[in-house]
Formats: sequence, structure tokens, C-alpha cells
Amino acid sequence: MEMVLEVLSWISICGGLFFMLVGTIGILRLPDVYTRLHAAGMTDTMGAGFLILGLCFQAISGMMHDHPSWWTVLVRLVLIYAFLLFTSPIATHALARAGLAGGVEPWTNERGEG
Amino acid sequence: MLRAIGLGLALFVFWLALSGHYTPLLLSFGVLSTALVVFISVRMGVVDGDGVPLPIAVRTVLYLPWLMKEVFVANVVVAKLVLDPKLPISPRMVVFRGSQDTDLGRALYANSITLTPGTITTGVRGQEFEIHALSAADLETDEQSQMDRRCSRVERG
Repeated sequence: MEMVLEVLSWISICGGLFFMLVGTIGILRLPDVYTRLHAAGMTDTMGAGFLILGLCFQAISGMMHDHPSWWTVLVRLVLIYAFLLFTSPIATHALARAGLAGGVEPWTNERGEG
Repeated sequence: MLRAIGLGLALFVFWLALSGHYTPLLLSFGVLSTALVVFISVRMGVVDGDGVPLPIAVRTVLYLPWLMKEVFVANVVVAKLVLDPKLPISPRMVVFRGSQDTDLGRALYANSITLTPGTITTGVRGQEFEIHALSAADLETDEQSQMDRRCSRVERG
């Protein structure tokens, strides 16, 4: 059981790191502020999400063995993700609006429109 | 009154989960601070359908698993776009129509759209949601109308 949790935990943590890395590559490769926000959104949702999931498995493993009080760690990890889910789209939305209000034209690769 | 009790219970459970110390002294501090917060909220007049939307909160939690699935699928799509050597993106601004009646429902829908990588809500005017999309493929109207319907269901029950 401990082994299973350990493997699940590390798969999740590596998955989180992968999405963080891809999000960072996206921020560097994409052409303008709006498209970069899409890449930044990946690190917020899946990057942080899988990292926290991996840490949850660690907390469960600790809970089942020598640290029964670690359920509070589990609750806190879930709350961290919940707050991230509510705040990150608002920050993204605010950045996109600030860009539009500041007159930054969205980059486009289509001729003749927008 | 029921709402105030519900708010108090929710706050106290929250306090218990974050505290981790269960001695009588600290528990009584928890009860006192919860009661104080509920009292202040009632006096401020924010304990109403907008301030403490308990049934909507429950339905939002039930809506989250579906949203997480959508977020995962969209993440994989955007990750593929970003890692593609040709970077095949076609960003554009589009307008969606949402069927939500309340501000809370609109906020839920707008945030769900933003949370899904590939689409960002840049403005909401009445029932029209202005959206910046990373590529045309993200605008599968099927998925979007499903999200719209589910958000409306969370709002109305």
C-alpha cells in the first residue's frame, strides 16, 4: 500500500512538473500577452494541480503510518487548490482586460480580419 | 436564521480543519470567533442568497469533477500546441452567449471558461461573453454549450 501511494505520488508530481515546464515553454514561445496567458493558465491548473495531488498522496501515506494528525495537511492541500481555482482565473481575466484597456492589439496570423 | 446557522457551521468546520488543536480552551476560542464572525456578517446584512449561497455552493462542488475533466482535456490540447515545432495557433476574439440570469452564475461560467486553457474571458456584457481563444479548435461549440448548460444548472438547481 505504501509502495502504491509512493508510486502514485511521484507520477503526479512528475506530471505536475511536466505541465509547469510546458507552460513555461509556452510563455516563452507564444507571440503576445493574450496567448501567453493561455500557457500560464496551464501551470496554474494542471501544474499546481498534479503537484498538490502528489503531495496529497504523501500526506495520506503519512496518515496511514506514523503521523495520524496529517489529515489536516491533506485538508490544507485541498483548500490551497480550491483557492487557486477561484483566484487564478480572476488574475488571468484582470491581465487580459488590462491589456485590452491599454490598447494592446491581439496578435493574429489571419489576414484581413481582426 | 437558517442561513446564519449554516454559515456558522461551515465556518466552524473550516476552523476545525485548519486548527488541528483540540483542547477545550482552543475549541472555545473557535466557537467564539465563529459566533463573532456570524454576528458581524448578520449586522452587515451580507447573510443572504448572494453572500451565503449554500445550495449553489453544494451544486458547485458537484460541478467541479466535470470541470476538472474538461480542464485536463484542454490542458493536453494546449500542451500539444505549445510543443508543436510549427506552433499551429490561430488566436481570435469571439463572443459566446451564456444563459445565466444572475451575476453569480455569470461569474461561474466566465471563470470556468478562463480556467480551461485555450479560452480566456476578457469581458462580460449582459449575456455576451467576449472570449480570446488560442486556436479555432478550442471553440468546439459542443463543449462550450455543455459548459453553459451545466453552469446554468448550478445556478438554478
